[in-house]
Amino acid sequence: MTEALNVGLALVILALALWTVVARDTFAAVVGFVAYGLLLTLVWVQLRGIDVALTEAALGSGLTGALLIRAAARLRKTESAARAERPGVLTRIVALLAAGCVTAALAVAVLALPDPAPTLAPETADNLAATGVGNPITAVLLAFRAMDTMLEAIVVLFALVGVWSLAPDRAWGGRPGPLQRADPDGILAYLARALPPVGLVVGVYIFWIGADLPGGKFQGATILAAMWLLAVMAGLADAPPVSRTWLRLALVGGPVVFIAVGVAGAAYAGAFLAYPDGLAKPLIKVIEWALLPSLAVTLALILAGVPERTST
Amino acid sequence: MTDAATLFGLCAAALVGIGVYALIVNPQPLRKIVAFNVVGNGVFVLFGAIAHRGAGAGWGGDPVPQALLITGLVVAFSATALAVTLLLRLFEEAGSATLAPDAPAPAKPDTSDG
Amino acid sequence: MSLADLFTVVAVSAGAVFFLAGTVGLLRFPDALTRLHALTKADNLGLGLVVLGLLPRVDGVLGGLKLVAIWLLALLAGAAVSQLIARAARSPGPRG
Repeated sequence: MTEALNVGLALVILALALWTVVARDTFAAVVGFVAYGLLLTLVWVQLRGIDVALTEAALGSGLTGALLIRAAARLRKTESAARAERPGVLTRIVALLAAGCVTAALAVAVLALPDPAPTLAPETADNLAATGVGNPITAVLLAFRAMDTMLEAIVVLFALVGVWSLAPDRAWGGRPGPLQRADPDGILAYLARALPPVGLVVGVYIFWIGADLPGGKFQGATILAAMWLLAVMAGLADAPPVSRTWLRLALVGGPVVFIAVGVAGAAYAGAFLAYPDGLAKPLIKVIEWALLPSLAVTLALILAGVPERTST
Repeated sequence: MTDAATLFGLCAAALVGIGVYALIVNPQPLRKIVAFNVVGNGVFVLFGAIAHRGAGAGWGGDPVPQALLITGLVVAFSATALAVTLLLRLFEEAGSATLAPDAPAPAKPDTSDG
Repeated sequence: MSLADLFTVVAVSAGAVFFLAGTVGLLRFPDALTRLHALTKADNLGLGLVVLGLLPRVDGVLGGLKLVAIWLLALLAGAAVSQLIARAARSPGPRG
């Protein structure tokens, strides 16, 4: 029975991916992409990766979808010009050949995978007790491959710096995004008042439970960022000017703590980001609690966009 | 268990192919970014299928590739955000969002400083 | 099949019927407002019946409460977004 479900899911996902290719309107293609992301969440559940499913739902289809929908709405005027540039038959044939070769190579690789599959699950299980967390993915992210997570947090910060660097000179250091005027008695303002308290609890809960059950700081931070963005969109809060000191301190706080723990590990435990015996769980908690607000603010500001208004 | 992994692995291969085709064929940059995301998600699903095959020790999948996938998803989102912002700024400055090198100059004067 | 399993199958199937009806409405109705009308049926009744059908299968009151909370949140979001889309479809202008 699950075989039929998997086959159906795979077919619908392929159909949606084709839709994003052949849809005439860019907005329709983006909406198809958001639905495709949500169905991919189901694929992750079928592949038993619940943490990845949460991240895909939150970041892959949630935040990316919001980003793309806003861009598609702003770029509506370029539709006709783009349609005039449609490629000829030769380009399509070359593209089809390239796509076919890539698909064939990957399919051969999938069918030729070694059996029994090599796996690191037993080693992770053996060393899990030393980290003090119950969720193996959290243990891998913050104990065995903590370097990757640290660099990932810094990469997200770099993306934000890249977004800010695109501000025009007149709005340098100003508030991101246009001023949102929503009816204070309207439904959007109501939603922005009713949902954020619930979202706050859900976001912190998902972050907190990530130590032992599927969850974690990326998923929780995304929910917190989304709640703040909802308040900004409804006009209940305004995006702060990006030159504010407290904002910049909040952004770098998480990565700085992470690097500090790493350097302390080099001093006391012999290697960068090594945890001394018995201190693994508290150090992981410190890093997570420092990273959560930084990540939430970073993700929200990436969505808020380029500074457009001078700070007044 | 192996069948789900093989099925989704093949599906992922097809997704990457569809994304590559869309990347080359669609002239509008936002569609190219969407196609790039389709390719990226296909690669992630392929990796997830491999992680599912490595299930053991009571879990449904190998946790190390799955943790790397979470990292990959976050970095892919960051790259998409930067690409979309670049595209929007290009549209604001040049009046048209096209990658063609010999695009005609926009009709409206460029009033914003850069 | 025990009584609880039978109840689950019946309720989830009824929910699936509402989802199907909503999708048919989305594809066949002429304009945005009528399509929204069809979608809310799928959202409220379809999801509610699916959640009702899944309630016998949870282990503990907390799991059941979480399922109901999911349904209520989907209701809230669906209602708010439907109103916003309807307003935008009726008179394209500043958001309300």
